[in-house]
Amino acid sequence: MKKIELLSGDEALARGAYEAGLKAAASYPGTPATEILEYLAQFKEVDAQWSVNEKTAFEVALGASVAGVRSMYSSKHVGVNVAMDPLMTSAYTGVNGGFVIVTADDPGCHSSQNEQDNRLIAKFAKLPLLEPSSPGEAYIMARSAFEISEKFDIPVIIRLTTRVSHTKENIEISDRIEVPDKPFAVNAPKYVMVPVNAYKKHIELETKLSEIQKYSEQSDLNAIEMNDASIGIIADSVAYLYAKEKFPNASFLKLGFCWPFPDAKIKEFASKVKELYVIEELEPFIEEHVKQLGIKAKSKDASYRIGELNPALVKEIVEGKKKTERPQGARKPVLCPGCAHRSVFYALKKLKAVVAGDIGCYTLGASKPLEALHTTVCMGASVTMFESMSKILGHGKVAAVIGDSTFVHSGITGLIDAAYNNANGLVIILDNSTTAMTGSQPNPSTGYNAKGEASKRLILEDICKASGADIVEVIHGFAPNLQEKIKELMGKDALSVLIVRYPCKIIAPVKDPMPVFSKESCTKCYMCLQVDCPAIHKDDDGNIVLEESVCTGCNVCVLACKFGALKKAD
Amino acid sequence: MQDNEVTGDKVTNILFCGTGGQGGLTAAEIVALAAVYDGYHAKKSEVHGMAQRGGSVESHVRFGKRVASPLIETGEAGFLVPFHKGERDRMLQYLAKDGVDLLKDLQEADGKLENKKFINTYMLGRLSKRLNISRESWLKALETGFKGRLVEENRKVFLGAAQED
Repeated sequence: MKKIELLSGDEALARGAYEAGLKAAASYPGTPATEILEYLAQFKEVDAQWSVNEKTAFEVALGASVAGVRSMYSSKHVGVNVAMDPLMTSAYTGVNGGFVIVTADDPGCHSSQNEQDNRLIAKFAKLPLLEPSSPGEAYIMARSAFEISEKFDIPVIIRLTTRVSHTKENIEISDRIEVPDKPFAVNAPKYVMVPVNAYKKHIELETKLSEIQKYSEQSDLNAIEMNDASIGIIADSVAYLYAKEKFPNASFLKLGFCWPFPDAKIKEFASKVKELYVIEELEPFIEEHVKQLGIKAKSKDASYRIGELNPALVKEIVEGKKKTERPQGARKPVLCPGCAHRSVFYALKKLKAVVAGDIGCYTLGASKPLEALHTTVCMGASVTMFESMSKILGHGKVAAVIGDSTFVHSGITGLIDAAYNNANGLVIILDNSTTAMTGSQPNPSTGYNAKGEASKRLILEDICKASGADIVEVIHGFAPNLQEKIKELMGKDALSVLIVRYPCKIIAPVKDPMPVFSKESCTKCYMCLQVDCPAIHKDDDGNIVLEESVCTGCNVCVLACKFGALKKAD
Repeated sequence: MQDNEVTGDKVTNILFCGTGGQGGLTAAEIVALAAVYDGYHAKKSEVHGMAQRGGSVESHVRFGKRVASPLIETGEAGFLVPFHKGERDRMLQYLAKDGVDLLKDLQEADGKLENKKFINTYMLGRLSKRLNISRESWLKALETGFKGRLVEENRKVFLGAAQED
């Protein structure tokens, strides 16, 4: 069966893996990688799961490979950091069934806390790296990756970027091919990485890499396209397409099997063209290698290592320009109307609390005018940074804020750390019962899994108590005593967890009557605008306007009005 | 491999802009689908995640015989399809000199639509008048793009908008 579909890079990669006989897939949601696992969850032949975090996902996928089936791990670039421990050593153990590691990088930080370049991880971990420039290539490379993985007994990394993951194009899909499971055999020298075995495996890995390098030289994923020989461009990923758009008549060495580098092909190409350019996003990964080979090549000014490229910027690079940062002026994202996170942040703002924050929709509490979240570093860091910050600054002043999914991801270990080390103060779990920011994926506290099946439900109250919290309380997101309760628990010489429970407005849209606004009582103090709600704004004459179609009747703005101009509807 | 051909043929560039939750991304998906159904090579690029919470949303749709870059360049959009005046003003730099700005259609939609949630379908109808895509492909794409929801209603709004002058 052949059929044309419009698929994103994530979906195309997932489709290619499915057709290549994939049987196990594990991931943790994160933009721009989320749709890979979401796509795979529809197939009965694939055991696709949302894991608790990227480390567990990686180990689950590796275990499936060791047991003999084709398996895949996927996450966003920073998710790979969480999985680094098993990833590094998986290069030594190798695989049984083919094992593919997908990293979706985010040049430009569209939805991330940094823009790290995970091509460097391939070199660091000594794993082969494939880089599609388009969904069509992602579809094809999924199969190539499994073949390389099984041929060389090694995990293979496929690196996407936001513009590959979230571009859609025509893909001619096909049927799935069933691949027989590889027999499993106990093999301690291969799978037990104690020092004596690990040392031998390292020797073996280096030998393997030189074989893989030869294979990379021959691979048609690294293609020389001779055209006008006066300009030659070496490019990978979507940068290749930008260069192609701007310089359609140039000659290209398109790197799809990016590491180990095909040195002979690079030298051959360099010898055929008059002027050589390296075009790549972020780090000078290809550039440094080309220069190490003693080849003269023009490359981007260091200023272009920041942010993503586009065709116009590629042209500037070729012209030898420096990057000028342009003001974006984009509208900032904002918490949804009726989101209980707003209620919590408004209370924390009133209490002038220092808030150690985390990663999720609630990170939006950091922006003006709420400005009620003061640190965001990585998943789970709220609880542990709170642990030390509260000891130094005083636990009456500092609180932690973390979402339900993030708490399960890596907040639990932090809470145990805080309890074990006698920290006092308040950890707030914003329990909206979903992984909201990435598009409402389930997590262990929701009671269902990636396939939509019922699963064992993690009870947050129980795990918090078991972790050593002295006080664990649950409160409604819009409880009238919310601020009072937060103040009380922050002040206690005890480690408290307050679970603020209110379902995400996107999965449970509830609409209550809009507050009643009295123009006569309004003093135009604009304190109501401090709650940063999309349903309330001032018009050109400075009058407060509530939008009925947007308002959900949460009444947080009523809390902000000291003059009785906003009142809860009867 | 794909995309290795020299791109000489004319590519149609359409830029959708608005804020999260307005249906602009669905509209972009439908145009790309319609182009695919008509046999074009289409690319659609956008950013998901945090930006969607009421922030700026833009989607680039390009179709033709062969498309390389997924992104439209400044001054290269043949069509600007806005769902928000402020966002349209910000993205106006993308419009080609001879490009078509559908702001007027957006403003007219206010008076013409009984239910504002069909605004994206209305804008697609207006856009369809100016694109070389068959009606059959449009209607099929509408059904797929809206996942079979309110098929008759969407079709009615689309055809109505497509027939207006």
